[in-house]
Amino acid sequence: MADSTVMDLLRFATIGSVDDGKSTLIGRLLVDTRQLFDDQLEAVAHASVSRGVGDLDLSFVTDGLRAEREQGITIDVAYRYAATPTRKFIIADCPGHVQYTRNMATGASTADLALAVVDATAGLKEQTRRHLCIAALLGVRRVIVAANKMDLAEWAKDPYDAIAAEVDALADRLGIEEPLVVPISALHGDYVVEPTGAAPWYDGPTVLGALEAAPAGGWAGEGTVGSRLPIQWVLRHPTGKRTYAGMVDGAPLAPDQRMVLLPAGIDATVRRVATADGDLALAPVGRCVDVDLHEDTPAGRGDMLASPPLPQVLDHLTATVCWFGEEQAREQPREPLTAGQRFRVKHTTRTTVGFVEHVHARLDVNRLVLEPADTLEANDIGIVSITTADPLVVDPYTANRITGSFVLVDERTNATLAGAMVGEPTFATA
Amino acid sequence: MTTSSAAPASDAALPVRVDHLDLLESHAIFIIREVVAECERPVLLFSGGKDSAVLLHLAVKAFAPALIPFPVMHVDTGHNFDEVIAYRDRQAEAAGARLVVASVQASIDAGRVLDPGEGVSRNRIQSTTLLDALSHHGFDAAFGGARRDEDKARAKERVLSFRDRFGRWDPRRQRPELWQLYQGRVNHGEHLRAFPLSDWTELDIWQYIERERIELPSIYFAHDRDVVHRDGMLLAVSEWVAPRGDEVAERMRVRYRTVGDATCTGAVVSEARTVAQIIEEISVARVSERGATRADDKFSETAMEDRKREGYF
Repeated sequence: MADSTVMDLLRFATIGSVDDGKSTLIGRLLVDTRQLFDDQLEAVAHASVSRGVGDLDLSFVTDGLRAEREQGITIDVAYRYAATPTRKFIIADCPGHVQYTRNMATGASTADLALAVVDATAGLKEQTRRHLCIAALLGVRRVIVAANKMDLAEWAKDPYDAIAAEVDALADRLGIEEPLVVPISALHGDYVVEPTGAAPWYDGPTVLGALEAAPAGGWAGEGTVGSRLPIQWVLRHPTGKRTYAGMVDGAPLAPDQRMVLLPAGIDATVRRVATADGDLALAPVGRCVDVDLHEDTPAGRGDMLASPPLPQVLDHLTATVCWFGEEQAREQPREPLTAGQRFRVKHTTRTTVGFVEHVHARLDVNRLVLEPADTLEANDIGIVSITTADPLVVDPYTANRITGSFVLVDERTNATLAGAMVGEPTFATA
Repeated sequence: MTTSSAAPASDAALPVRVDHLDLLESHAIFIIREVVAECERPVLLFSGGKDSAVLLHLAVKAFAPALIPFPVMHVDTGHNFDEVIAYRDRQAEAAGARLVVASVQASIDAGRVLDPGEGVSRNRIQSTTLLDALSHHGFDAAFGGARRDEDKARAKERVLSFRDRFGRWDPRRQRPELWQLYQGRVNHGEHLRAFPLSDWTELDIWQYIERERIELPSIYFAHDRDVVHRDGMLLAVSEWVAPRGDEVAERMRVRYRTVGDATCTGAVVSEARTVAQIIEEISVARVSERGATRADDKFSETAMEDRKREGYF
């Protein structure tokens, strides 16, 4: 026990339209891999019976809020954890409704992979196409599609083939890997964990098999840019020395590495890469470290240490934004996003203010076409240009999710109003 | 030294595999530093339980060799295990942190809350004491050791969880939390709860305790104790809990899976005397940590959500 050998960790998010069975599938996956404790299963059974929805409503495993159970929908992301002998999973079960896009984006923004659930009796819905598009925008390059409710389709191959053809074409447009499509019944458990033989024409893996086989890790992006260390905090040692604390991003960091302190543009060399447990010969991406530099620099929170290929230093940039357009703190919907609006901008560890100079276009997520627009309504995705008071040290989002992303925040209420990605989507046509 | 995951420096071009405990540790340290950088007056809620022990350990690591730049606060229900209070004082001192104690008894004496009565859990009324203390000290962020795998309402909660001027959590209006952009600003009177252990499971906690050799209160390990069977749990006979009716005190070998108010926290039958034995035990457990040990969550389908809406941990 207490096995400390490296175990793969896969972060995935469920996506797809409301009522296609995302939460039921996650419930089934957790039950059939025995992740649920007896008392948790009893509580789900008890709640199902008392709400008159059968003996065991598997969606109640993740739909844990009172309002969710009353309405039979998912409102916010539920995070669940599972482990099989070969792998650990962090599961973000996301809501399907358009008005909860902000919560879906929250779940998908850190996912290695998306598990798209499609009702085989209804085909690919607009909302599923929208979620696949958002997931691709957020940098999720791998998708597994669960063609659900195959029992209601009497396990006919035609609806399965129709979904597979449609998602293949869409994946091709979105520039994501060709998805594996698994025919399943989340309700009855076919091909979720057990290959029950209900679809004799299917010889691929189950959903669990596919999840165990998918490449894991690296949601933040690795290898396409140099080392990045957004400085979180200056550690002042009792000796008077200063070291720079942050999480390694982009590429591993090692002693003797030549860096540039940005935005100032000062050359520096790494002397030591330390942790509370001692020095590292090589700090991997995702590791929190304290960096000691040979040079005395004026570095502080919000600055970034970087090695080539270097990021850009910009105070005017073009970004793809998911405009949530809703105050979290109050009931009122917010006015649409237009040119001239001012926000607080949080990018890596740097917070500044910025103006939206222009709204250029709105993305039609069905046709994957950019349409000219000068406003964005709630849950729209669009292209905007932004000018910031202090320069940002950025990589294109497609190269690195951490240094390529920022959020727009209401200066008065502190509500997070938009998620933004540096650059434009590669798949959309004008 | 925890350098086992680092590959030879000559191979910098290859991706480096990271142990999952290293990943969880780094993510938690990142969150702790972000909150300290973004908030004016953070505080760390410390119950003396295993999760808050891990949290304090991570906070110390996040700022070493400097001291942690915030105090530690215990919300004291007055129904404590002596070992836990001694442990609490020892740990706060070892971390070099100022200890603030917010007393539920003081809230009762001041008429802020009603005493639920002899031998009855003070778990729910802690929320008032907690909110009063946060407000009194001007704390705008409170670190907690809660994990999403504990409960279905916690599974829905953000890492940085916003509380309005009334201390309430509104699960329908949570801030989007994209990437690792933890956005911690609040206005006067509002505050944040920060949960750096959100993605940790019970097993992760124990594996980390073993790896880091974190000291825990002795009640986590198997010992002999007089208990009564009540509400499907084993409650320790104490100053506040005596056998009622036809209950009979029985000496059993037990340990605690969680540490909380002594009147509503149950023990489990166990022979596990070491962390390794505990890990073995929970790996095959069929009952969840809260299900086995918390009477307060058995009352209703949404007990935790309801308490959290009122300002609970």
